[in-house]
Amino acid sequence: MSGPALHLAVEIDGDGAHPAAWRRAAHSPDQLLTPRRVAGVAAVAENAGFTLVTLDDGVLPPGVSPDPVGRIGAVERAAFIAASTSTIGIAPVVPVTYAEPFHVSSQLASLDHISLGRAGWVVTEEDHPEAARAWGRSVVADADARARESRDGVEVVRALWDSWEDDAVIRSVATSRYLDRERLHYIDFTGETYAVKGPAIVPRPPQGQLVVLGRPDLVPAAQLDVALVAGRDLAAVTTAAAAAGTPRVFAEVEVALDTPEASGAERVADLQRHATWTDRGRLRHIGSAYQLVALLGELSSSVNGVRLHPLVLDEDLPVLSSLVLPALSERRLVARPLPGTSLRSTLGLERPANRFAAAAAAAAAQEDAR
Amino acid sequence: MTRTDPFDVPRPDAQFHFGVFFQGVNHWTIWSAPESGSQIDPASFRRVAQTAERGLFDAFFLGEGLRLREVDGRIHDLDVAGRPDAITQLAALAAVTRRIGLVSTSNSTFNEPADLARRLSGLDLLSEGRAGWNVVTTDNAWTGANFRRGGYLDHADRYRRAEEFLTVARALWDGWEDGAVAGSAGAPAWSAPGAVRQVRHKGLQFDVDLAPTLPRSSQGHPVIFQAGDSGEGRDFAARNADVIFSAHGNDFDDALAFAEDIRRRLRAVGRPDDDLRILPGTEIIIGATEEEALEKKRWIRLQQVTPATALGIAGLLWGIDLSDRDADGPLPKEDPVVTENDGSFGARRIADPRTVVAEWRAKAEAHGWSLRETVIALGPQRGHVGTPSGLADKFAHFVRHGAIDGFNVTPYLIPDGLDDIVDLLVPELQERGVYRTEYTGTTLRSHLGLREPLTHRSAPDRRQAS
Repeated sequence: MSGPALHLAVEIDGDGAHPAAWRRAAHSPDQLLTPRRVAGVAAVAENAGFTLVTLDDGVLPPGVSPDPVGRIGAVERAAFIAASTSTIGIAPVVPVTYAEPFHVSSQLASLDHISLGRAGWVVTEEDHPEAARAWGRSVVADADARARESRDGVEVVRALWDSWEDDAVIRSVATSRYLDRERLHYIDFTGETYAVKGPAIVPRPPQGQLVVLGRPDLVPAAQLDVALVAGRDLAAVTTAAAAAGTPRVFAEVEVALDTPEASGAERVADLQRHATWTDRGRLRHIGSAYQLVALLGELSSSVNGVRLHPLVLDEDLPVLSSLVLPALSERRLVARPLPGTSLRSTLGLERPANRFAAAAAAAAAQEDAR
Repeated sequence: MTRTDPFDVPRPDAQFHFGVFFQGVNHWTIWSAPESGSQIDPASFRRVAQTAERGLFDAFFLGEGLRLREVDGRIHDLDVAGRPDAITQLAALAAVTRRIGLVSTSNSTFNEPADLARRLSGLDLLSEGRAGWNVVTTDNAWTGANFRRGGYLDHADRYRRAEEFLTVARALWDGWEDGAVAGSAGAPAWSAPGAVRQVRHKGLQFDVDLAPTLPRSSQGHPVIFQAGDSGEGRDFAARNADVIFSAHGNDFDDALAFAEDIRRRLRAVGRPDDDLRILPGTEIIIGATEEEALEKKRWIRLQQVTPATALGIAGLLWGIDLSDRDADGPLPKEDPVVTENDGSFGARRIADPRTVVAEWRAKAEAHGWSLRETVIALGPQRGHVGTPSGLADKFAHFVRHGAIDGFNVTPYLIPDGLDDIVDLLVPELQERGVYRTEYTGTTLRSHLGLREPLTHRSAPDRRQAS
């Protein structure tokens, strides 16, 4: 493989991966839901050289009291971050179990325009029945039905991104036409539970298609650009990565690093007094920055990237920034994204051809051949 | 004019407010000029919003249309189209502006309260109290074809749904007690026990049960805008809105009659009659002299109403496809056909096409106008044309006599179309004492001089005239 072996993403929702992370945060709880906080964390991640930030979300509160119950929508935070950063990729979590795929497509396409091609999308599910009550929709009860909603939602969102060809705006002064309507396409999607006509109301995103990330056990691999794979140890991650079947694979790694004030283990123990760090079956590194560098070095032979879930953002991000990324950079295991580069090209993914333009070209060729 | 006595000024201290509407989808935005910029590049939005903020505007607006417009089943290709999702774009602008209000047009028919109320709250927090929501309603199945829910809403139900939507949204916005979130990391809990109230609502339109996930911003609630012009729409505004984005801003008498009608409706629902701001949508064309302004207007109209656009506008009036006619020739000989509006070209209202066509014929004949010249002269009209000082005198008169509270301006050019207004007209308004010389508050609600949100007032306050 040419270029750096590993891309690093970091999940920056709330105060960190631990439900009680807020107790060790460097700010008071009432400063969490502020623009300064949202922009500040993103700036640290960009300066550190991360390829991507992800922003967790869902219609339900992020936790239950006494832990945080407030969260600004991931798309809104992502757009705000896009306008206050220049280089880092930004991928909000947006479940389509109950949401309108037409709106989701518009929002994400807009994020890609706003960020000049730095946007991604983490597809997840709303798996609690309370989410249906919040939306006011019938419960999508079982795993198969949720998978169907995700599959159909991703299909609609992606088709809408292609429903404008890149050059649909022609500004033909001589004929008074702003658009070439032949380059706009109805998607005419009909699934089991709903239909969507199209075309989109937003022109095609700069990347053509945003980078779509998700769990390959929940979203069909063919719909994903990046699989997010879990596994409690290296062997499990390697097996999952080999089975993913997606263009790129990122491993999920939870980290609690040693800081000058306390070891990772001490910090975890402190928070465990208040709440339990949910076991999601992910690799978990509790220890020094140098051990993490070694672990990431090992992972680089089986995955294209790693998404880090820091225990406490305000404690772990500074260590990642000052020790981990520089060490990886020195060993040429990671490289910071280049200004002016789309997220797709940073990840080495091609800009996809437009499905409708390709179909039209094929039909024209067939016509010529007759 | 009804009131011309300079000593009879009902609102001598009234202040004029500006909003800018980055409209995106219409024939008013000129795309054919060399200086016409991108309609989707974030730099265009940033440029307009920052120019408006330099001009101390109250608000930057984005429109919304949930399906590309069509004529006779084909996508309308003559006008600017394609724009970002409003709230997403505004959240980005929150990062690059400091004071200006950020108003999203969002549909109450094809959204759900849990999602939209939360998105608006997020925008309100990220902008520190600068969010607004222009509530629009849709009933047609044609738009519904893009949504899970489909076009299911009866015309009569669209305002009922909007009103119930607002009820749920306000409950969500009020779901957190002030000061609910702890002010220190050493607190026993992130939020005070019981400070976040579950919202349960069961009505004809919504049946939901959810925990609100956001506290209020510094302005309490996002500011509510409303644009409907029907009696039903005006009553909805009188009951619910903070600002009306009206179509009555060209003619003083018409504007005043509209404003007095709104004040009457406000009193009827027990609100003070100065509880709403009226900001008609308009276009402003400025020249150094009257002649220069009129010359500029002629150029602008020719850019806006191209031959094909003239045929399109006339085609909508006649109810027949005129795209193969000669726009520089005479008016069509046929009588108009009255057609059903399926919503595919927006909420156009032509009361009686036969009367309008008869009027067009008479005037075209009298002046010797071509079809295009007729459309330019008699088609959709709006806007104010003049010198900076002439316009400032006129606008000061409008606002001091209670006909309007300001304008929501649609620039005819993106992204430079506000420059003349900010650089030439605003100083003239300031000189006349009707326009702020600096922002005095930080929230959209304070820029507009509005009271606290309706649901935050105790019952007697709500009736009390100030």
